[in-house]
Amino acid sequence: MSMSGPLIFERSVPGRRGYVLPPGDVPAVPAADALPEDQLRAIPPRLPEVAEFDAVRHYTRLSQANFSVDTHFYPLGSCTMKYNPKLNERIAALPGFAWLHPLQPASQVQGILQLLHELEQLLCAVTGMAAFTLQPAAGAQGELTGLKIIAAYHRRRRARSTILIPDSAHGTNPASAALSGFTVVQVKSGPDGLIDLQELRRKLTKDVAALMLTNPNTLGLFEREIKTIAALLHEQGALVYMDGANMNALLGISRPGDMGVDLLQLNLHKTFSTPHGGGGPGAGPVGVTKALEEFLPVPRVRKTGARFRWETRGRATVGRVHGFYGNVGVLVRAYAYIRTLGREGLARASRTAIINANYLKAKLQEAFPVPFDDHCMHEFVVTLKPLLAHGVSAGDVAKRLLDYGHYAPTVYFPLIVEEALMIEPTETESRETLDEFAKALVAIAHEAQHNPELVRRAPQRMVVDRVDEVKAAREPNLRYHASPGTASALHASPGDRSIFP
Amino acid sequence: MDYAPNTDAQLQEMLRAIGVGSFESLISTVPAELHARALEVPSGLAESEVIALGEELAGRNRALTEVVSFLGAGCYAHLIPTVVDALASRGEWLTPYTPYQAEASQGTLQAIYEFQTMVCELFQMDVANASLYDGASSVAEAALLALRTTERSRILVSEAVHPHARETLATYLIGSTATVQEIPTVNGVTDLEALGKALRDDVACVILQQPNVFGCLEPMGQAGELAHRVGGLFIASVYPISLGLLQPPGAYGADIAVAEGRCLGSPPAYGGPGLGLFTTTSALLRKVPGRLAGCTVDQAGRRAFTLTLQTREQHIRRERATSNICTNEGWLALRATIFLSLLGPRGMQELARLNLEKARYARERLREIPWISPAFDQPVFNEFTLQFDAAHPVEAVNRRLAAAGFAGGFPLAEWYPAMPQGSLWCVTELISKASIDRLIEVLKRVG
Repeated sequence: MSMSGPLIFERSVPGRRGYVLPPGDVPAVPAADALPEDQLRAIPPRLPEVAEFDAVRHYTRLSQANFSVDTHFYPLGSCTMKYNPKLNERIAALPGFAWLHPLQPASQVQGILQLLHELEQLLCAVTGMAAFTLQPAAGAQGELTGLKIIAAYHRRRRARSTILIPDSAHGTNPASAALSGFTVVQVKSGPDGLIDLQELRRKLTKDVAALMLTNPNTLGLFEREIKTIAALLHEQGALVYMDGANMNALLGISRPGDMGVDLLQLNLHKTFSTPHGGGGPGAGPVGVTKALEEFLPVPRVRKTGARFRWETRGRATVGRVHGFYGNVGVLVRAYAYIRTLGREGLARASRTAIINANYLKAKLQEAFPVPFDDHCMHEFVVTLKPLLAHGVSAGDVAKRLLDYGHYAPTVYFPLIVEEALMIEPTETESRETLDEFAKALVAIAHEAQHNPELVRRAPQRMVVDRVDEVKAAREPNLRYHASPGTASALHASPGDRSIFP
Repeated sequence: MDYAPNTDAQLQEMLRAIGVGSFESLISTVPAELHARALEVPSGLAESEVIALGEELAGRNRALTEVVSFLGAGCYAHLIPTVVDALASRGEWLTPYTPYQAEASQGTLQAIYEFQTMVCELFQMDVANASLYDGASSVAEAALLALRTTERSRILVSEAVHPHARETLATYLIGSTATVQEIPTVNGVTDLEALGKALRDDVACVILQQPNVFGCLEPMGQAGELAHRVGGLFIASVYPISLGLLQPPGAYGADIAVAEGRCLGSPPAYGGPGLGLFTTTSALLRKVPGRLAGCTVDQAGRRAFTLTLQTREQHIRRERATSNICTNEGWLALRATIFLSLLGPRGMQELARLNLEKARYARERLREIPWISPAFDQPVFNEFTLQFDAAHPVEAVNRRLAAAGFAGGFPLAEWYPAMPQGSLWCVTELISKASIDRLIEVLKRVG
């Protein structure tokens, strides 16, 4: 096993070049003649000085210190780490998409406008919503956009200040609500893990602007009373916002628009297979009912006859949340994905995701309790609470899984399950992989009982052993500082498992 | 094609193993009335068909590889070394999630740490985060930080800050009691006298852009001093490529400096994905939105990296988080890291100089056209505003240029109705002298 090796700064040698710029073909002008002195940079940035091949080897080796979907099973719950088709990368890289300027006149960009327009319609078809904006850059920004729309909708009637959020919700939900000036009121889940209708009725005051719910919820359970819930909210003049992070369970199975949902965000980097890139870019389009369409961000793509154009104004719009039109490069990938799978492929994807999840749940159920046991949708949650008796936590098990060659599921979430492990296998994993994973997890449970120290000390087969997160937070070291006079102040210590010479 | 490997026979076996007779009984929790009918989505396509479709749609666009573009206005096309694409397209970079399990994500974490360091160096600031969505939302997040930390309620923003940033800020402030006041410009730069008059002790921050939306260089040092005099924060929105030559925000006392960083190694892609760069001072570290990677040690005392100070973030702090951001722009941050490591200090300086020189040459030559004049008398970097005379409407000139293979300057009237004949031109290292000379010939023929 290797470690990731020195920092790029520690490979720096004064005078090395990794890229040669073309010579100037216009008259050279000393910067001091072209710019006022007080606008000129005094000290050059201390960037690394490396050769091209230094960078190639450095970032190739570094990449090998990662688990990724391409290399490992990555069952991270609520993140939908499915295979990211290479075809979509090829399409997004076409110069006619990648090398477009956002301010080119409409006559020069009819192809991309058509693609965006069609994508909006495809997302409407999949969700049953009336209209979409593609502008939000990620799920959380989609939520934020949705909440601004909710605020704008109520302001026209009577301002309301409360958002109801179930205790099983993603952390972004309350954060997005607070960022929009709302007060968050938590709704406790019932004994079945679903929204408790009694509790909901109690908290449903005239001040409630909306309920934000996730369906299927973070336990992987479908909110079977969703229509009743929506009716309750609507009776009070409130709206239903759905966090569509878990839409991978619903393609061709059920449409939020038919459930009474007023608005939702989709995470294209989850359901529609655009790569997560180690933390983005994503895309978080927001779909709304006809009644809310006028509040959508601008600009919006419009079709007149066979021509497409941007409409930049809207009387009731919440404005914009992103420069230009959002993460278009991501949208192109999602479009290619939807066109590849088509009607049958999308439905088969969700169907397989649900069968894979239930199959894995069945395989694990003997070794691990499932707190809210029912058929799950695309993901499920087990509790590792029994292992606490052996001094082994969910976090320990997650680390031990890495040694077995699997990325860890989401741990300690949702918050309503103690020692939670939230597992989402996705449809693109084979039965053989699921079997291997189940075997590993059962083996770890066995280790926890008979050799708990082994689990507590995991991982041991990674490029580093367990990382000291407490020290990281107590003594923040967020950037490299070169010592004066040395190119590399922080050379790897002799004990490092370095494969670098 | 659905990329799902399990065969129908396997799925049947798996259903039996689950203990149900059919898929339908597995989704019995979904009420029958909510079962979807067949989706109104076309049937799937084979790979070759998707390629043909993609090429057809892409072919209906005029790529910047086919036209000589003088468009900037917040989105700048720059060179991308081959190595950036070659490395970044590796699956190990492209397909992991946010590095929550540090031990299995050391590559991404170390790259973020290197990214944070490079951005700090380029900006001469203490702290950089792992990225935000884009330049516009970074301006909004910077203002929110200022509101939180000063507990004040007024934001002053120059009208020469990109309109998308100002509009995004306005949207982010829906539901907040904070107010925004726009500071006018004189001769293409922020009016310091007007700024001085607007400053009171309720001002949370002053926001300027460098170079500003008209391409002009702002008096950042003076504006920063004015903001600090009333105890407000000074927020600078900058253009990373310009920092090879221009004063970095740390040198003129910015408390927060943000940027659109897509120009560092990623293509324009019709304006997105972007790369929000967010930097600040040590004093504001714990108020930073978004992710931070930190250097620490593992159990054996070896250097290791992890996400840190996560108690600021939504997944821990929920409604009390410093921001709601979760997914950021990690892959573009990686591209920027590779880009900056290849260019190095000298490359960044030379790149900035090429931009400066080409823009200067184009600006000089454009003076030969009698109906074109510079709109402002100010120093510029690689972008400048021109004023056409009334007989030469900007859109009409652009149509003539389009026919000759050029994308002319951006008609500023769309954003600044008071400048009906203003046209914003950007000249980067991608434009050759020959192209500029040919442009002048075409413009001369416009008459």
